[in-house]
Amino acid sequence: MHKRQIKIAVLSGKGGTGKTFVSVNLSACAASAIYLDCDVEEPNGHLFLKPESVSQKPVCTLLPVFDELKCVGCRKCVDFCRFNALAFIGKAPQVFSDVCHSCGGCALICPCGAVTEKPREIGHLECGSHKNVSVITGLLNVGEASGVPVIQAVLQEGSAQTKDFVVIDCPPGIACTVMESIEHADYCVLVAEPTAFGVHNFEMVYELVQLLKKPCGVVINKASAEHTVLDDLCRKEHIPVLCKIPYSEKTALAGAMGQLVSESDKDMHRIFSELLNRIQKEVVQ
Amino acid sequence: MKQLLILSGKGGTGKTTTAAAFIAFSNAQAFADCDVDAPNLHLVTQMEVEPQKSSYFGSQKASIDAKKCVGCEICVTHCRFHAIQKNGIACEVNALSCEGCGVCTAVCPHQAVRMEDDIAGDLMLYQGTTTFSTAKLKMGRGNSGKLVTEVKQAMASSVQGAELAIIDGSPGIGCPVIASISGVDMVLVVAEPSLSGISDMKRILKTCSIFATKAVVCVNKYDTCVENTAEIESFCKEKDIPFLGKVPYDSHVSKAINEGKSIATVESPAQAALKDVYNKVIRLLEL
Repeated sequence: MHKRQIKIAVLSGKGGTGKTFVSVNLSACAASAIYLDCDVEEPNGHLFLKPESVSQKPVCTLLPVFDELKCVGCRKCVDFCRFNALAFIGKAPQVFSDVCHSCGGCALICPCGAVTEKPREIGHLECGSHKNVSVITGLLNVGEASGVPVIQAVLQEGSAQTKDFVVIDCPPGIACTVMESIEHADYCVLVAEPTAFGVHNFEMVYELVQLLKKPCGVVINKASAEHTVLDDLCRKEHIPVLCKIPYSEKTALAGAMGQLVSESDKDMHRIFSELLNRIQKEVVQ
Repeated sequence: MKQLLILSGKGGTGKTTTAAAFIAFSNAQAFADCDVDAPNLHLVTQMEVEPQKSSYFGSQKASIDAKKCVGCEICVTHCRFHAIQKNGIACEVNALSCEGCGVCTAVCPHQAVRMEDDIAGDLMLYQGTTTFSTAKLKMGRGNSGKLVTEVKQAMASSVQGAELAIIDGSPGIGCPVIASISGVDMVLVVAEPSLSGISDMKRILKTCSIFATKAVVCVNKYDTCVENTAEIESFCKEKDIPFLGKVPYDSHVSKAINEGKSIATVESPAQAALKDVYNKVIRLLEL
């Protein structure tokens, strides 16, 4: 039977709810999976999956280079740049690499062919494997402003492989980095914590997935019997609650030590296998 | 006015909880929430006035006039952000993917593309006995760094005579964090004693160092893993980074937050430990 690849994005809005915890354990439970770490500013999945046979690939963006000899000083490029990335200093424009968006506009607009583009490394990919899981981690160089090109590189590297599941570990928040990460996802798993901050940010991330028309379900992590605001909210909005993982000191400590609980704990293995099955059912519907 | 910024690298370590506590301890005249993606500080700070609201304009977005467009797709070929697609006869811009570079307006042979203002978020400034500046970025938008800068500027330009401003930051190390670091006197990194927390702490400390900003560290929920807490403490000692203290895991904290209160108002082990860290920060800031 032909199995369609399922791309699952794991996101949360609020940081620290357990995106990586859910992502790495879901990946480990699948018979065949690719784990993509799109939290390129602060990637953590590799600490749990501990991939072997790791190879590195640089990720570059393009930066304009100005030829002083060809430049006639018309400043058309400086005027065109909407990011204020260019300033005319001396005999040619200079570029502020931290605000350049690599749009190619200055090269296009120059009437003298004085602008070429050269690659600039902003980060790299680390590709390895943990048993049946292909592990692809994106790392943005410290000091760089935008991780979006690194996220794009992670997703592209992942698309070169055909495994049953792709698990996309997303950055926190609801900004462009998150949107880039979930753009081609088939299903979004929203990991939420039942606290005042958690509920507030959950509402935001739910709004984002609705905007992008992505089917979604919720994992309530660090759940407790007392706080039911999330359950009530999900019931009201008809958002499926895929599973509830109770708060436990044992799990928290295991996580703190970088343990893959689905491999070390039978109950956790069952929880994540059932979660994977549930997601499959939701996608097929 | 001295500015203290609270960062973490990792999400969920307790930045907002710490910021709210410090605001109460210091009777801070000015504070700001620079986590513009997912702001939470307003949930634990009671402001007695309504905010002044203003729109935040991010980059402009391209818009194609379907009547002028002939569907030649020259714009599609040149768009580096895959933001334009042919939809039927004419091309259409996906506003969420558009980065506002304007290349499409330059290459279109039929002048069918123009750039339009886009409201990318809302700024809110509360001015009562204290000044509180915050903002909310719209879904999927970029330019969060620029919005962070506007939040800080709004606070700085409306406050008079304040000694200390407390700024709640966002997770990560990218543009909103870099924008928040600019011009502050000190960064307090609230670290989590986990492998992820340690890895993330090292990257945010490196970010602070690249931008030549003094950083100090404290550990939150330290007793969830004393081994890792010890590792953080010795890392700080090795790198000459002031280690200001450890805050225990305390159920009073989530209870207070869920009631919309700062932990500063609840006598508890966490409150005492946070007060201790706060006093050390004040001494280092020479206030």
